[in-house]
Amino acid sequence: MQILESSTMYDVIIVGSGAGGGMATKILADSGLKVAVVEAGPFFDPADPEQQTQLKWPWESPRRGASTVRPFGDFDSAYGGWDIEGEPYTRKNGTKFDWFRSRMLGGRTNHWGRISLRFSERDFKHKDVDGLGDNWPIGYDDVKPYYDKVDKLIGVFGSKENLPNEPDGFFLPAPKPRLHELFYIKGARKSNITVIPSRMSMVTKKINKDRGVCFYCGQCSRACQVYADFSAGSCLIFPAQKNGGQIDLFVNSMVREVTTNAEGKATGVSYINKEDRKEYKLKGKIVVLAASACSSARILLNSKSTQHPNGLGNSSNIVGKYLHDSTGSSRSAFIPDLMNRKTYNEDGVGGMHVYSPWWLDNKKLDFPRGYHIEVWGGIGMPSYGFGFNPNDLNKFFGLKVGGYGNGLRDDVKKYYGSVMGISGRGESVPMKDNYCEIDPTTVDEFGIPVLRFHYKWSDFERKQARHMHQTFEEVLHNMGGEMLQDRPSKEQDYGLLAPGRIIHEVGTTRMGNDPKSSVVNKFQQLHDVDNVFIVDAGPFVSQADKNPTWTILALSWRTSDYIIEQLKQQNI
Amino acid sequence: MDRRESIRSIILGSVAGGLVISGCKPEAEAKADEELLKSAEKHFGRTPEEKELIAELNAEQFFNEHELATVAVLCDIILPANDSFGSASDAGVPDFIEFMAKDIPELQITLRGGLMWLDHKCNTEFGIEFKGVTLEQQQQTLDTIAYPDVEIPEDERPLEIQFFSLMRNLTLTGYYTSKIGIDDLGYKGNMPNLWDGVPDDVLQQHGVAYEEEWLAKCVDQSKRGIMAEWDDEGNLLT
Repeated sequence: MQILESSTMYDVIIVGSGAGGGMATKILADSGLKVAVVEAGPFFDPADPEQQTQLKWPWESPRRGASTVRPFGDFDSAYGGWDIEGEPYTRKNGTKFDWFRSRMLGGRTNHWGRISLRFSERDFKHKDVDGLGDNWPIGYDDVKPYYDKVDKLIGVFGSKENLPNEPDGFFLPAPKPRLHELFYIKGARKSNITVIPSRMSMVTKKINKDRGVCFYCGQCSRACQVYADFSAGSCLIFPAQKNGGQIDLFVNSMVREVTTNAEGKATGVSYINKEDRKEYKLKGKIVVLAASACSSARILLNSKSTQHPNGLGNSSNIVGKYLHDSTGSSRSAFIPDLMNRKTYNEDGVGGMHVYSPWWLDNKKLDFPRGYHIEVWGGIGMPSYGFGFNPNDLNKFFGLKVGGYGNGLRDDVKKYYGSVMGISGRGESVPMKDNYCEIDPTTVDEFGIPVLRFHYKWSDFERKQARHMHQTFEEVLHNMGGEMLQDRPSKEQDYGLLAPGRIIHEVGTTRMGNDPKSSVVNKFQQLHDVDNVFIVDAGPFVSQADKNPTWTILALSWRTSDYIIEQLKQQNI
Repeated sequence: MDRRESIRSIILGSVAGGLVISGCKPEAEAKADEELLKSAEKHFGRTPEEKELIAELNAEQFFNEHELATVAVLCDIILPANDSFGSASDAGVPDFIEFMAKDIPELQITLRGGLMWLDHKCNTEFGIEFKGVTLEQQQQTLDTIAYPDVEIPEDERPLEIQFFSLMRNLTLTGYYTSKIGIDDLGYKGNMPNLWDGVPDDVLQQHGVAYEEEWLAKCVDQSKRGIMAEWDDEGNLLT
């Protein structure tokens, strides 16, 4: 079969359309460059009535929103999940890693939690604090101007707090706390835990003429039809198109490799069109990878040539190494003081209105990195699972559990909104031995070799998880809560979720000044090939106790500015 | 046959099959078919593959007639109508359970085996299957399986107890995710709203209050439509 080659020469080919790819598309197309965006999934627009899940009622799904097909339920807007038919991945030596992929325009930004936190100077230079891992080759001052621009372009609500490790930005006003969040504030403060308004990218106030303002349905995971939350399609790619950008969108197109010439420079990409299952080639002067940390690593490792026998950009043998995810663990409790609630519309924004940034000093603890706390609960919309074990909480009052009849209606109402939970999301220490690599024995249905993962948590993360549970219990008890699960044991890794489960995987193409120990330079340009850049979370040297998206966006913008500048100077 | 056609044939097959066989139909009826088709295409954001899966599941039948009738009787004992709201089967719960049995096949043996247990038990004790005995006898039978020992982990409990818990779960979740159930529960959201905090009486009921300092950081809904502008320090000016 002949590979079909397009005659168009693009200035830039961008692989992936999530946060990193979307931002690169916006900045590069706005500057007048001719851009191809290659996305493995279908076109998606939350304003399209056929694709909307927002404001649907549970009964519109015959499974009432159950997670049989989509891992976060029928109404979640991610197409994909931990397992995608025909696109396997494998694990090595009995280790665990779960890989969430979202195949659609905008990628995982369509359903993410919108928690939008800046890294601080400490986060970029954490080795200076505890001697572990590596420092980034850049610091807060390098990224700050871009964080500022991202805040103003996309919008993030929050509050100025002057906390040393939680840099303030250009915030929209925050939504008022809900009832269970007021309980959390009280409970956390009793244990001297800082609580501040959340920082999330929903537009609580007009930010530009193209986007609507949040109408508080609490369904950001379903993607907003008035574009009041940040998704890469609705807030970056569509505006860039509207702005007259020269953008060719290739959807359902699965990139196999970056093609190179005799000098070893990139010439474009080859991809499989999922509709006709044939291989095509696109030509470009510059290739920007934004396929997600692991997918971009996979593309590089699969791009083998005489000039790059170890895969593209992999002369260091570092591609795929230092893979790390945020740590995560959760606990929930029954709060008797939240029983017998009056009902009113408290949907609010999707997710929490308040949170706790890391509040302690690790020097005084037996683990090196921190975690932030997320809060959940309330009188939300029922979905599959609502009403299960309707009166199990009776056991806390010595009442009978079970039964049938109209008394169950009273039980359901009595306990509606009385359970809340808190989750820790923490920083792990990147390890060279946690990695993804090509599995030589397995291909996906497009014939592309797949990834094999090797990942183990260390005691740093286990001890952190143990600390999380001590905190959870203390705070929930402060609220008068009855724990609904036992404290997880050592054998259960203290409740630490499997790596990959928090969907913050980063680090596979890390940034550094030394080409021997890193894959890209401080402008996210491959050390080995100057016309290939990576703008997803692969270049992260370390993932702070934050969420990666705001930093992906800021760094992608910074790299895009660098590309424009380098093209002007004819350096690439 | 394309996807649209296959959905059409399923609908026509179940509802208006006679019209198709007759081969020619008046325009008004053809139009009614179109409407029917449109309502079936009522979207909740499914991808083409997901729609196909739903159509496939809908085309299958898991419970037989007797089982489905027993499920309906059981659902309505678990959640009968009251003065204000309908019963589980008024809320469409049996159809929902039929769908879930196909959607999550792991449920099938517990459901089907449990229904057999009910009939066996009633046949042994009353000489007639579950749905035919008196309400009192039905309740007497259920009383032996409706109150699990919470000290025993769920998967170690006898099958009939697991079965009843599963039926209760599916009945209640089916009910509270239906329109009737959501009205009954009093859930007020899933519509455009301006969240402006917890009502005062609710704050009082639960013994909490807002702090002025915190509220000062929060959105003033009267200014939500005014374009955001900041000074260089990030102070919101508008």
